[in-house]
Parts: sequence; C-alpha cells; structure tokens
Amino acid sequence: MANEITLTIDGKQVTVPAGTLIVDAARELGIDIPVFCYHPKMEPVGMCRMCLVEVGRPMVDRATNQPVMEADGTPKLQFGPKMETACTTPVSAGMVVIGMSDKVKAARNDVLEFLLTSHPLDCPICDKGGECPLQNLTMGFGKGSSRFEFEDKQHNQKHVPLGELIYLDRERCIQCGRCVRFQKDLADDPVIGFYQRGRNLVIDTSSEPGFDSIFSGNTTDICPVGALTTADFRFGARPWELKSAASLCNHCAVGCNLTYNTRREAKSDGNVVIKRAMPRQNEAVNEIWLCDKGRFGYHFAESHQRLEKPLIRKDGELVESTWDEALDMAAKELRAYGFRFVSLASGRLSNEDLYEIKQLTENLHGQACLYSPMAGGDLTPLIGYADPQGLSRVGKGTVIVVAASNLHQEAPIWWMQVRAAVKRGAKLIVVNARSTRLDKFASAVVRYRFGREAEAVLSLVPAAETSGESGKIIAAAENLVVLYGSDGIGLEGSRQVAAASAELLRASNLLGKPGSGLLPVWQRANDQGAWDTGFTPVDDLAKVVSEADGVLIAGADPAGDHPAYAAALKKAKFIIVQEQFLTKTAQLADIVFPVQSMLERDGSYTNGTRRVQRFMPVVEKLPGTRPDYLVTAQVRQKVVHSNLEFISAAQVFMVLAAHLPDYQNLTYATLMETVPQHPILGRSDVYYGGTSFENRQGLGVQLGTAANRRDKYSLPAAPSTQNQLPDLEHAEELMAVPVAELLDTGTITQKSVLLGKRTSTPFALMHPKTAQQKGLAAGDKAKISLAGVTYQAVVRVDESVPTLHVLLPRSLGIPLDKPVLVKVIQ
Amino acid sequence: MKYFRSHILVCKDPDCIHKGAHEVMDALQDELVAEGLINEIQVLETSRIGNCWNGPEMMVYPEGIHYTNLTVDDIPYLVEEHFLKGRIATRFVEPEKSVKDEELGAPKSKEIRVVLRNCGKIDPENIEDYIAEDGYAALGKALTEMSPTQVIETVLASGLRGRGGAGFPAARKWSFVAAKQGSDKFLICNADEGDPGAFMNRRVLESDPHAVLEGMIIAAYAAGIKQGYIYCRAEYPIAVKTLNIAINQARAMGLLGKDILGSGFDFDLEVRMGAGAFVCGEETALMASIEGKRGEPRPRPPFPADSGLWGKPSNVNNVETYANVPQIILKGADWYASMGNEKSKGTKTFAIAGDVNNTGLIEVPFGISLREIVFDVCGGIKDGKQFKAIQTGGPMGGCLPASQLDLPMDYESMTAAGSMMGSGGLIVMDEDTCMVDIARFFMEFTQDESCGKCTPCRVGTRRILEILNRICEGKGRHGDIETLELLCKEIKSTSLCGLGQGAPTPVESTLKHFREEYEAHIFQKKCPAKVCKSLISYEIQPDICTGCTVCSRNCPVEAINGERRQAHKIDPDVCVRCGICMQVCNFNAIIVN
Repeated sequence: MANEITLTIDGKQVTVPAGTLIVDAARELGIDIPVFCYHPKMEPVGMCRMCLVEVGRPMVDRATNQPVMEADGTPKLQFGPKMETACTTPVSAGMVVIGMSDKVKAARNDVLEFLLTSHPLDCPICDKGGECPLQNLTMGFGKGSSRFEFEDKQHNQKHVPLGELIYLDRERCIQCGRCVRFQKDLADDPVIGFYQRGRNLVIDTSSEPGFDSIFSGNTTDICPVGALTTADFRFGARPWELKSAASLCNHCAVGCNLTYNTRREAKSDGNVVIKRAMPRQNEAVNEIWLCDKGRFGYHFAESHQRLEKPLIRKDGELVESTWDEALDMAAKELRAYGFRFVSLASGRLSNEDLYEIKQLTENLHGQACLYSPMAGGDLTPLIGYADPQGLSRVGKGTVIVVAASNLHQEAPIWWMQVRAAVKRGAKLIVVNARSTRLDKFASAVVRYRFGREAEAVLSLVPAAETSGESGKIIAAAENLVVLYGSDGIGLEGSRQVAAASAELLRASNLLGKPGSGLLPVWQRANDQGAWDTGFTPVDDLAKVVSEADGVLIAGADPAGDHPAYAAALKKAKFIIVQEQFLTKTAQLADIVFPVQSMLERDGSYTNGTRRVQRFMPVVEKLPGTRPDYLVTAQVRQKVVHSNLEFISAAQVFMVLAAHLPDYQNLTYATLMETVPQHPILGRSDVYYGGTSFENRQGLGVQLGTAANRRDKYSLPAAPSTQNQLPDLEHAEELMAVPVAELLDTGTITQKSVLLGKRTSTPFALMHPKTAQQKGLAAGDKAKISLAGVTYQAVVRVDESVPTLHVLLPRSLGIPLDKPVLVKVIQ
Repeated sequence: MKYFRSHILVCKDPDCIHKGAHEVMDALQDELVAEGLINEIQVLETSRIGNCWNGPEMMVYPEGIHYTNLTVDDIPYLVEEHFLKGRIATRFVEPEKSVKDEELGAPKSKEIRVVLRNCGKIDPENIEDYIAEDGYAALGKALTEMSPTQVIETVLASGLRGRGGAGFPAARKWSFVAAKQGSDKFLICNADEGDPGAFMNRRVLESDPHAVLEGMIIAAYAAGIKQGYIYCRAEYPIAVKTLNIAINQARAMGLLGKDILGSGFDFDLEVRMGAGAFVCGEETALMASIEGKRGEPRPRPPFPADSGLWGKPSNVNNVETYANVPQIILKGADWYASMGNEKSKGTKTFAIAGDVNNTGLIEVPFGISLREIVFDVCGGIKDGKQFKAIQTGGPMGGCLPASQLDLPMDYESMTAAGSMMGSGGLIVMDEDTCMVDIARFFMEFTQDESCGKCTPCRVGTRRILEILNRICEGKGRHGDIETLELLCKEIKSTSLCGLGQGAPTPVESTLKHFREEYEAHIFQKKCPAKVCKSLISYEIQPDICTGCTVCSRNCPVEAINGERRQAHKIDPDVCVRCGICMQVCNFNAIIVN
C-alpha cells in the first residue's frame, strides 16, 4: 500500500502507516524506546530528550534525485549530525533507526541522571512505586550511580493540593508536561500550567477552585512519576498489594471501562475494599480516560446506610423480616393485585435485572415503565450510531450534530471525543438554546427557544429552506452522527427531538453507513438496555402509578425525586421496592428487598452506542443482600410457579440472548473477547504509566442496526406541528427547564465524600436581563416556587440563555422533570 | 521636503529623560520660536548620543557639536550664542568628548558601514530623512524592475547569510517559503536581542528603522508574504516606539499596506513585544511567544518554512539581515559580495565590550582577523595590559586565546575554533580576567535563562554551574574537569534548542584553551588572575605600609588592625576580599596573593 512505510529499527524490519512516529513503530516490534514526555494520545513535544536515537535516511543525490548506493548495492545511509527524538520524528521509507548505540545509551544515561539528581528517590513511600516509568527506566537505562552529590538535590514543596482531588509533589515532578498538555489539548481546561522557568519550573494551577476540571484524575494516570496523585488513593496502598477487577462505570451512557483495584485490609474490618478506579483501555468506548465522577464516584458501595435485611410493612410500620417471609408476602400480594401491575425500573439496573423484571411484568400482564425522561430507545436498534470503533476514530468527512445536549456535563468522555474528532477534521454543528462548551469547536451553531428543539433540528435538513450554512455542511457529509440529550427538555420534548433527529438522518441519505447514526445521550448507564428489554418511559408516570394495584420499583427513587410521584405512590395499593438504601420511595413501600450494588455482583450493560459490556464482582457482597435479577426471579417463581433451582447472571443472560433477536449469539464469553488495541498502552511494562490500562477482560460486543444490516424498517413521521409555547412576555412566571449537572447529588454520587467537595449547589441560570427584572443578580439566592413548594437556588447569569427562562439542574434537590412555568422571586 | 540650516538632536535615552531631556527640548522649541528661528532649525529626538552621564545632552548638526549638562535655564544663552551669534557655547562642550558617540564613534580604519550607515546621521522618526539617503529606492527597484525570483537570486548571489548567528543563506530561506502555495505565510523579524552587552540591533532599530522595514518588505515580496511581525524585546522601549512611528509613516506613504507603490503587492507589519525571556530569541520560542503562548522552543523539524507561526510557513530573519537587503538590491550582489571572504560575504556589526580602549559598535567586513578588530579597530587593550581572551558569539559562544587572534572573523572559522559567530557580541578580556569565573558567569546567565522545557538544559546547566561554583570557591576536586567536559558534550548533544546546545560552549572553550587555570583552581587552590574571592588573600606589605590608617578606616568589616604609624595587618578570617583597602592605599602597600 502506498501509505505504508517500511523501515528498520535495531536491525528488525517493520511496516507501519505513514505518519507513524518512530517510537510507536518500535513498539510494534516490541522494542521499547524509553520516553517520559511522549504519550501516544497526545501531540509529541520532544522535551524530555529520553527517546533520542540515531536516525539514518537513504542518501539522495541532489543533482539526479536518485538514491545513492553503496558498493554492495544497498542504499547508502546518511546519518544526521545530531540524534533525533524518536517521539517527534515520523518514519520515512528506508529509514534506519539505531536505538542501542553507545551514543544513544550515553544520552539516555545522562537524561536519567539529570532527572534523578533532583528527584527525591522516595520510592519506598511513593504511590507510583512499583508502577513507575521513571523507576523502570532507571533500572533499564540508568547508570546506577551519579556524578553528583545527594546533598546538591533541589528541594521543592512536597504536598501541594492543586485542588480537592489532585495533589502535586513538586520534587517528584520531572516537568514532562503531560498533565499540562492533557488539560489543554484534550480536556480543554487549561487550568494547570508551567510557572517560572529553568530549574525553578513548577506546575501550578491557575483556576479557582484549584484544578477546576472534571477530567483532572486522568493526569494522575499519565503522570510518569508519582508527582500527581489523587486525594482518593495517595498513601492508600502499594500497587503490588492490589487485586484488579474489571468493571464498568455506571454514571452515564458512555459505559466507560474501568478496573477497580481492591485490597483486603484490617482497617476496613478485614473486608475487601476498593482503593481506586483506573481506566481500562477500550478504544471503542472511553479509550483510556475517565471523568472524575466515574473515577471518584464509587464510594456508594461502602456506605453504612445500606439495607441488609428485607423490610415488610406490618401495622403501618416497615419492620425487618426474613427473605422467605418477604418473598412469600410479595407473591401473595402480587397474585391478589396482579391484574393491574406496573413495574418501574431505571437504567441503573443491568440487562439481567431488567429482563427478569420484564418477564415478571409480562407474566402479570402489567406495564413495564422506564424511569427516564428521554425517548428514542426504539429508534437506536434501527438507525443507532453503531460504529464498532465508537467515537474515538471519527474525523474528516464526518459531521457531528449535537442537539439539545450539554454534552460536557451529560457525557464528559463523549464530549472529549467529539472535541478530538473536530481536531481530526470532523465538522460539528451544535443545536442548543444556549451556549455550551462545544460551541467554540463548532462549524455552525443553531439557537432556538426552549420548546423548539425539534424544529431547530429539522431546520438542518439540507433541503429545508432554513438550513443555510449548516445545511450545506450536512449536505457535504460523508457520515452523519446525531447526538441528542436532555438539555431543557422533558419526555415529550425528547420524543420530538429523537424523531426530528431520525428525520435528519433519513434525509441525509447516509443511513446504512456504519459511521452514521443516532446517538442518544442517556442519563443512566443502561437506559438503552432497558429499552432493548422492553421498558418504555410513560408520559404521566404519576397517573400510571396511582392507578396501579401493584407496583414494583427497582433502581429508582421517584418519591425522592418529585413530590408528585410520592403522592402518586401513596395512592398505589401495594408497592415492592428493590433498593440498596432506604430511600423515600422505599419508605413508602410495603416490601423492601435489599439488593446488591453493581460492585458486588456481575452483569451487563448496553451503552449509548449499543455496545453490550460485562462487569464483574469487585467487592464481597453485603450479607443479606441479593442481586436484583435474583430477587425478581424468586418473586416470579412464587407467583407463576416457575422452576428456579439455581440462577446466575450468566444464565439469565443466556435466556435473554435467546429471546432478544439483537442479542442473539451473545454470551458472557463473547463479551469477554479482546483484540489488540492501538495505540499499545498499559501493558505490564508500565511503559506509559498507569497500571490498569490494558484490557484483558473484554471489549464488549457492538450490536448491529437494522439500517446497517439493510433490513426493512420504518421510522416515525417527522414532528410537524409547531409546539404551542406560552407567551412569556406578559406572564408573571418564567419558563423553568431542567438541565444536567455532572456533579449532582444523585443517589450514587452523594455518597462520595471527595466528590461532595466539588458538588454543585442548586442554581438558577438566567439571562442577566431576566435576573434583573426579577430583582436578582449573580450570586443572589432566588426563591423558586414549584407546585406549591418553594426552593432556594443561587442565581447564575449567562447571556446566551434565552430571556424569561430559568434553567434548573436535575438531581440537585429541585424536582423538575419537564419545562414548566415557575415563579421566581427574591 | 523642508530644509533646515541646523538640526538639534536631543538624546531621549531613559537616563537623559530622567535628568530633564523633555524639559530641555520644550525650552529649546520655545526659545527658537521666540527668536524666530523655528523655521531654520529643527529640533529632533534621537537615541543615545553620548554616555548620558552628563545628560541632558544634544548634538548640533552640521557642526557636530556635542553639548552636555544642559538645564532649562541654559537654553536662552545657548540659542543666542550658537544660533544667533554663531559661536560655540564652549562651557557646555566637553573638550575631549565633544563629538564622541560612546556607542558608535566615527568610522575607524578598516570599518565599512553598511548597516550602520545612517545611524546618528538621520532622524529616525522622519521617513523623509531616510528617503533622502536613498531610502526605499531599493524597494522601488525590487517592485518595479525585479521579479520575486530575481530578488531571491540577487540576494543569494550577494552571499548574505543570516546575521542571527547560524549563518544560513537568507535568500534560500525565502525561497523555501516562496515555494509554498497560498498566501497564509508570515515574515518575522527577530529583534529580541538578548545577549548581554550586545546592542547592534537596538542601534539600528532606534536610529534607522526604515532600513529594517524596507528589507522586510523586499523579503516579503520575494517570498510572497502579506503579513509580517517584528518581535522586539520589551526592554527596548525606544526601539518599539521608533518602529511604530516608522511603520505608521511608511503606511501613510503607501510603502506598507495595500498595493505598495502601485505594484499590486500587499504587505503589512506589526510590532510584537517580548516579555523578557532570553530564549524567545530562538525562532520557535519567538513564534510561540507571538502566538501568545509560553515562550518555549519546540523541536525542529518542522522548520518554520514548513510550519511556523500558527502552523503556517514562516520566514524568520534577524534585524541586521533585513537591514542589509536594501543596499544589496540597490548596489548589486557583486558590490556586496566584494566585501568579506570566500564563504562569508559583506559586513558584520559587533558590539565590543570589555577591556579595550574603544568599546561600542563597529561594522567590519567579514574575514577581518580578530587581531585587527582588537588592536586596530578597537585600539588595543586598556591600560597597556596583556590581551588574554576574546569571547565571540554572546553567552553561548566560546572564549578564544591569543593564539587564535589571527583567525579570520567568519562563520566557519569561529565554529571550527570551538566558538561561534553569534549575533555580534564581542567581549575582550585582559590578563586580570579569571577564565573559570568567566565561564561561571556565562553559565549563570544561561541556566537562569533556560526555559526549563528539556531536561539537559534545565538540570544539566545547573549541574555545570554548581561544579563551577565549587571550583571558584576552592572546593574543586579531582575529576571535576573530566566531569565538566563530559557534561558539556552531553548537554550539547541532547538539548532541544540552540540555547541548551550552546550553553556549554563558554565552559568547553575555556576548558580547551585555559585548562591550566582550572587546574590551578582545583589542585593548587589558586586563582591565577586573582579574581575568585575564596582563593585569594590580601596582604599588607609591612615595609611599605606607613600606618596611615586609610585602609582600616575604609574596611567595611573592620578586618584591618594596627597602630597609627605602625604597619597594619589584615585578619584573613574577617576579610571579605572586597578589595577596597587596595584601592584606597596611597602607597601600593597591599598586594593580592
């Protein structure tokens, strides 16, 4: 192939794509050219000088432009006067790289000696000790002794909190700048940087609060020494004491692969506890990144408020009972009330749990409701974005539309990948009522009034009269990805946006190409799995619940989220709740089954791109608890007298796969298959730092779509009617719309003490003019009355927010699930 | 253009301004108006004309009279005497220094002024002055009579090489950029002259800015560039001001901007200021700084001609390089190539500092020997002392001993001798200079100015400095010399940019040429030049001492004891070796051991 290049490194030939850097080409051969500043996920800078090699290129006669040959007919090589950095030099045809000459060895020796002369060598107490590239490379390439005196070492500050989450040890820092480049080039939060110069060069943070970035934890992974550590793990354990368990992040629809490192320790009463979460490389999902919510938000499992015994309502009070008693009672009641049964489950549950609940619901001829304000899960099996590479390779030719989504807060890793895609040449169109952090990367931005989301999306259809510049961009697209989220919309709005997005895709004529499709930014990890197993959201959940005789609620706390749901639940005749905690919903239940968290059991999730992935048990289960699927199966066994000798998640998945056509042929074994991933990261050699990057526990399986299989399918009609929106000019109220905030106080996040320090306070985001009209200014406390209850929120202003609207965060105490009119006063 | 019978140039250096130059200038204007002379005599601002010790000062042309120590009250007398009565007001004239420009004296023998030809002669803030000296004639010629290729060929034939120090043929760089498609290309003038003691570029920018502008416009025409930047260090406020005035005047005359001289060629210029980092003189760091980023170099390739400012093809040349261009176009490549020697053509400006009789700026043809520079042009070593070394090429250059004095001054010879051409700083050192101390001084500078990006420069230079400090303190050890030699070699071969690759040169060259001094410091614990304080002691020779007590009274640490009229003694444990006693002794009774 023309764009493949063959070169020789240390006597071995290798063929790599043009543009590959020498250091990566060497890695393909298994030759490790040592690096500190280079990281394959970032642009090279060539500053640590560790990777210097001798490079020879075939000599070309300037006059004739012909290669010069040696006497024996081989091309004559020309070596430069200086060594070159293997991390910044791209390969070229016929290149000969010498990575082990005396000159090269001497250079490595020196760079290491220089680095170590000011390094504290406190490996015995350093968190990175045992998985430290500096340690490894010193053993591999260092001299073993120094020409300089230990007393000459420069001493720097050792425990510098860059923020609540990340600590910096300036003495250990070798000024490679990986963290600085990550924050600037990938996270777009250039909040840390170099300060001073020369030997006084130090990393410092420039933001208030310090290191203000939701991606900060990644810098500790890529730090090649122990300079950056997380407040979570520092001094927590030695790497070699840790065991690893593959898991998934359950905070959003991205489905990040991660590895939990655990240890059994005396100070935790001899229990196995999680010491840290590390990303697990999956180029189709999260590459090697995690957001801070995913990294630090696992502490829910350690909470002491967990339920350990089933509770049943006796004489109006919830009292502890045995499993048998509770199960018998549940079966008895359900048999009595089964004719109007409603199950309510969320994407917090695994596919196995959801499948069992769905089976029970079907047995009882009930209704399976998904606890979610988003629609479109029925469209994804038809036209979903199902590129097996995920978003990590999207680039030139692709147009990405992000509609009604504050992606940075709704799905941080996708946000980062969309940004990277734009850097690789993809074009981005942002459709949102207000400015978001994607706007500055967008080729076109479309604004609308909240409530007109679907119209705005349809205006992009190239044929549409209103499409303009963005229409031209889409018309020229080779691939089209449409992401839609839930910024400012409820279920009805979401349904319209989903249908409009589907119409945009259909009109683009790009459906059927693997790189095109619809990508809903679900709020929970397994919302897509819930749709796939047969759950759908309902418009008037309160009504559905209040009219039910029997309700089963799992993985959701509607009563805690909204007083209207609490009121509705009080009307329901009989409630079973499967929960880890005694939530407000559980307090209203007749039976509460204590269930296990995902960390204590195995299961599978289907992420936003419909990649089915498996998670393993990480910690020991809390005695007295059972996994959701087992609880439901046991109830079902008693209700319909089905056989249940032994049940495991794997068995449930087998049944599920047999019944759901899209999941056919999937087993836990197929979910655990891996293929070599590029760039090569995180092998046990700790080449780039970070221990858990390598993925040996499965990359999951990407489900296909009807469009890609060229099956017949039909899409819903495009929403045509214009929504009737209230005239706000003459109203006393403001239109309140719900928006996402990453670090909210959801059931799971609020248990992380660390994240608690970064959790947002309830806010009311308005246009400054609107705030002024209401006599408010930024920082004031506004009173918001909603369905007769008054909530307090701190006023924030933003000129991009439409006037006469107020944006309120979800899951921060203000119950808002769709746009409504509210009164805002001082 | 208006003609005046006299021009008064008032020095507007910070020193003179501090001493009241503004007020003196205002008073002059008022007095000239009052006397009805304002249409005959023009008052202008200029940069440094003397040493500013006796400011405010001014020059009167065409007489070339240098008045100093002026006050506002003196002006009426001065105007009456000089301009009405036609007599030199001698009381304001320093007899010996009357016409002396401390920076740039009258051309000495062996000097050829090409770049400095207008300096001190024309009003830098008046474009007409420049035009009167054939200014912008070269631009006219290039735009109307020559194709871009012809311009490149002419400059290539002239042999003009980059005056920033590396000596790459200037027009070849232009041809690389010219070969790039599209108009998104940039022309950059490197006016970040940071070498200690070097001020060749400042002088040109302050005194003849249009020469630089004209050279840039011609280069832009040759390379097909529409936008240029002059990156000037913020420590040169007058240069920045003069440049901006010059740019505005050139723009007003249609010499910059759209459709220059009606030729259809567009080019405009902007001045960008540095923030005080020496490393920003390195071209990639300079471009990062213009982009608003931290001024740090990046590896080359890609070279600026491929990916420069904002990733676009860019051409970077030094002030002096551009300033040569108009003359080459005007007088032809052959004229230029007739100066200099085989590989280095034309002239080079140098800023001479150190122990020679005539310090300041000179401009000499390439190929002149170091001996000629030191002894003929600069008038030899001060106070009849012995020549010891000459440091060429700024802080990253090397020190050459007397045995190398006959080397011709050109790019190749300097590099071969273990030094470099550099941008034109020359420091001449006499016998009283300790070469270890000199190496230490330069190391201190470079390690202080290291940006810290790459490991060898960040840490390695510091380590060299630590060893040198130790040697100067008398704590040198066996093996230090060998370690230094290795470190120099290693830092040179592993550093990212020219700063790190050049930083060890002063040490390397002194190790090569003055190794015995290092050995004396380390093994005999002696500083032969009697400079390193830890290695010397002051002693009062009792037979000469008259016991006058001057030394003991002046000693800042009361280290000298003795009765009046009795020989005094210095307590070596208390003495801080400041040398004051030696300076104040009227009988030369104090010696250094």
